[in-house]
Amino acid sequence: MDHPAIEVNSLSAHYGDRLILDNVTLTVDYGEIHVIMGGSGSGKSTLLRHLLALNRPTSGYIKLLGRDINSISEIELDELRREMGVAFQGGALFGSMTVGENIQLPLKEHTRLNESTMRIMSRMKLEVMNLAGFEDLMPSELSGGMIKRAALARAVVMDPKLLFLDEPSAGLDPVVAAELDQLILRLREAMNITIVVVTHELESAFTIADHITVLDSGRILITGAVDEVRNSSNQRVQDLLMRRVSMAVVDGDAYLQRLTG
Amino acid sequence: MTKKNKYYPVNRHGPVTVISLTGEIDMQTSPNAREQMLDILKKKGSLLVDLSKTKYIDSSGVASLVEGLQLAKSRKLSFALVEVSHSVNQVLQLARLDKVFPIHQTLEQALTAMGTQEQG
Repeated sequence: MDHPAIEVNSLSAHYGDRLILDNVTLTVDYGEIHVIMGGSGSGKSTLLRHLLALNRPTSGYIKLLGRDINSISEIELDELRREMGVAFQGGALFGSMTVGENIQLPLKEHTRLNESTMRIMSRMKLEVMNLAGFEDLMPSELSGGMIKRAALARAVVMDPKLLFLDEPSAGLDPVVAAELDQLILRLREAMNITIVVVTHELESAFTIADHITVLDSGRILITGAVDEVRNSSNQRVQDLLMRRVSMAVVDGDAYLQRLTG
Repeated sequence: MTKKNKYYPVNRHGPVTVISLTGEIDMQTSPNAREQMLDILKKKGSLLVDLSKTKYIDSSGVASLVEGLQLAKSRKLSFALVEVSHSVNQVLQLARLDKVFPIHQTLEQALTAMGTQEQG
């Protein structure tokens, strides 16, 4: 390939007047697991929404599989989305459908495969996620960890080239979270998927990542291999890794204006 | 011939038909491969799937192999895979299907195991 799987170049984004992403540049190679980290409000979820072409940037561009997602047609974007799998933080399973129906949904929407082929494909993914035999249950009957795995099964049912995972292990107990990390690694190994994971779980990030980007207040603090980030001498990176609170510098006049203006 | 209506080469070795799944077996091509495999099982009998020239197989291709195996078992026929590449084997291993399919290293071994000798 003469281009990276994902290329983010000088990306800036606003919500209203507020700058959320400030000149973000990063690349993700084919087959890489790239973790995006940062505290609440760091811009990591906004970056994910831009990577999924759900938001348009103020400036800069994003290329997925070599295609600029903000300049291609709707049809091309739809084709590109077939190469992408997404597992949202809460699972986003449809409560009115069984687990099996949820997983088959992308196949029914985007392919003309035989019913029996689709059923076997979804059962195969349930096997991979250790959810064999749960296809007829409703999402409300699953535990938190099972919902995450079912969402992951749905995200990979089309064998995507790009997989985006939003906080895959948030809210899970450490054992279940570690299992999920191993699943992500196995998926990459067997299917050679390029994976972007947004997380604030340090242990998970260090386990699965090839490269880590740390965002802070919409800017990239550091982007590099796991050890580079872990051993960074940057005080703010270490504060984030060690979960030390940063105290914002108080501008007295501006603060008073916010309270009284 | 378009990717969708590709015809996969077949060879007859006694009672066993060998189909060679060449190129990429993906969501575009797998329906055709599936139809051809199921058709052979219904009309000609035991089937050996040669994966030596398979560049890539996705889940729909693997699911089609599962359907072939299922049909063969229901009809008491043999169904096996031969010359499975490392990358294809990884996809099979992910869903533990390497334990489900009879997999042979060489065509000769496969044909012997399936009760015939290679006759060319």
